[in-house]
Amino acid sequence: MMIAVELGLIYAVMALGVYLTFRILDFADLTVDGSFTTGASIAAVGIVNGMPPALATGLALVGGMGAGLITGLLHTKGRINGLLAGILTQIALYSINLRIMGKANVPLLREATLITPLKDADLVGTLTSVGIFLVAALAILGLIVWFLHTDLGLAMRATGDNPDMIRSFGVNTDTQKLLGLALSNGLVALCGALIAQYQGFADIGMGIGMIVAGLASVIIGQAIMGRSSVAIAATAVVLGSVLYRVVIYLALRAGLNPNDMKLISAVLVVLALVLPQWQGFARMGGFMRRRMAAMSETALVEKEG
Amino acid sequence: MLKVDDVSMTFFPGTLNARVALQGVSLHLEPGEFVTVIGSNGAGKSTLLNVVAGTIRANAGTIRIDGRDVTRLSDYQRARYIGRVFQNPAAGTAPHMSIEENLAMALERGQRRGLRLGVTHAKRERFRTELRALEQGLDTRLGDWVSLLSGGQRQALSLLMATFSEPKILLLDEHTAALDPQRAALVTRLTAEIVDRFGLTTLMVTHNMDQALKLGNRLIMMHEGRIVLDLDAEAKSRMTAKGLLAEFEKVKGDALDDSLLQ
Repeated sequence: MMIAVELGLIYAVMALGVYLTFRILDFADLTVDGSFTTGASIAAVGIVNGMPPALATGLALVGGMGAGLITGLLHTKGRINGLLAGILTQIALYSINLRIMGKANVPLLREATLITPLKDADLVGTLTSVGIFLVAALAILGLIVWFLHTDLGLAMRATGDNPDMIRSFGVNTDTQKLLGLALSNGLVALCGALIAQYQGFADIGMGIGMIVAGLASVIIGQAIMGRSSVAIAATAVVLGSVLYRVVIYLALRAGLNPNDMKLISAVLVVLALVLPQWQGFARMGGFMRRRMAAMSETALVEKEG
Repeated sequence: MLKVDDVSMTFFPGTLNARVALQGVSLHLEPGEFVTVIGSNGAGKSTLLNVVAGTIRANAGTIRIDGRDVTRLSDYQRARYIGRVFQNPAAGTAPHMSIEENLAMALERGQRRGLRLGVTHAKRERFRTELRALEQGLDTRLGDWVSLLSGGQRQALSLLMATFSEPKILLLDEHTAALDPQRAALVTRLTAEIVDRFGLTTLMVTHNMDQALKLGNRLIMMHEGRIVLDLDAEAKSRMTAKGLLAEFEKVKGDALDDSLLQ
């Protein structure tokens, strides 16, 4: 169970990336399946070749940003439909990832990685490591929420919300999309790099279905917490990511086969999309949101008073 | 301030659907001039506004703003000089962002946007003052999403957002047409107040004769892509709605289009 929570917190980095494109830019970006593996392969190859793990992980982030930039250029300059642009980059990245790794799987078993200190201290899967990953996830969450409240972040949000309006105030919406896609895929690749180090290998197939996991986290989290503000919506994504991993863990424990995971993912996303439309559920969701809003308001009043 | 010279625009040129929207239109606006534009549907009024704003690039002619040739600049590059309010109240604001965030984005018109916090305490105070002047009760709702506002409130907010960074040109595209008469009257009044306060050079398209006569200090009438009547402040003050209709009949030479009788 702890392992599932821990994984959920690491994958939250990827889910936050998906949130940036899917919710902020209103762009369903399928690059994710490729850029996740790109991050993992860059980090793995870097570490195997003696690079400090932090540097290799940083390089993975840059590589992911490059991948996002390519999708963005295809979409804005090439005027290719967003979905198609993402798919094209994703499929191209499959070959590029194989080139980076040189083979389909790069093991990291005896290498020093960012996770090694945790493993050596035998902390993986304990409350301590959950705490460490929670702090890391919250730091990234905080950075994203802060960014979305800066002048630049506001322009990016408006690009997804009303592009004509923000153009009329002098913002180049193409640049905003490029920036958003780069940031998003940078986070996705960072997550890929972390997962490779966590599980001890990078594999060419590890990104398959990643976009669905990301969307599931965004949708599940926001179905529960709502998205009445950026802070709530982004926090919901982290919660969604943890819930998603826990549900999968429970499903596997209930006797489902690991090969069923993709099916479970798809069913979860469908449920999270369809259930909130049912009236009974919507009423319950509304009740929970109102209660949370009331709670946060009291907290605010107390703080001010 | 605004110089439109010999601008022509044909949509779908060289096809069966070719439609001439502007034919060699020239229009010069002095600083502080407030021009209302009337004309039947398809006269080229909106195209003229779009060509000035840069959302449509004309086939021929030049546009200058404050002495600068902007003909080849795209819409977002011109936006630093041009404030705009659209007909659709939803068009001028971002619905899923708060009132203060919308205002903060508008305040940065044409600036380089960086990593400073968009809404600061000082800005919030300024927004509150500006919103109070609108008398829409929005000054207490800074944190509310714009999608929660009524059409009239949204249009009042759009008007404030388009103008309070004091652009060189203000373009109003039938910005009261989608509102009920009461709200339309309110937005019309606000328009007059705000344009007066900032001394904005304004180009306003309208279908409403009374509004065209009441607002502004110059009036032009367009027909089939040309300016067919140009009244200065004095001639405009003597003109009546009836007189304008007569002018319409003259240029059309046939029965009046119902769409003009609003």
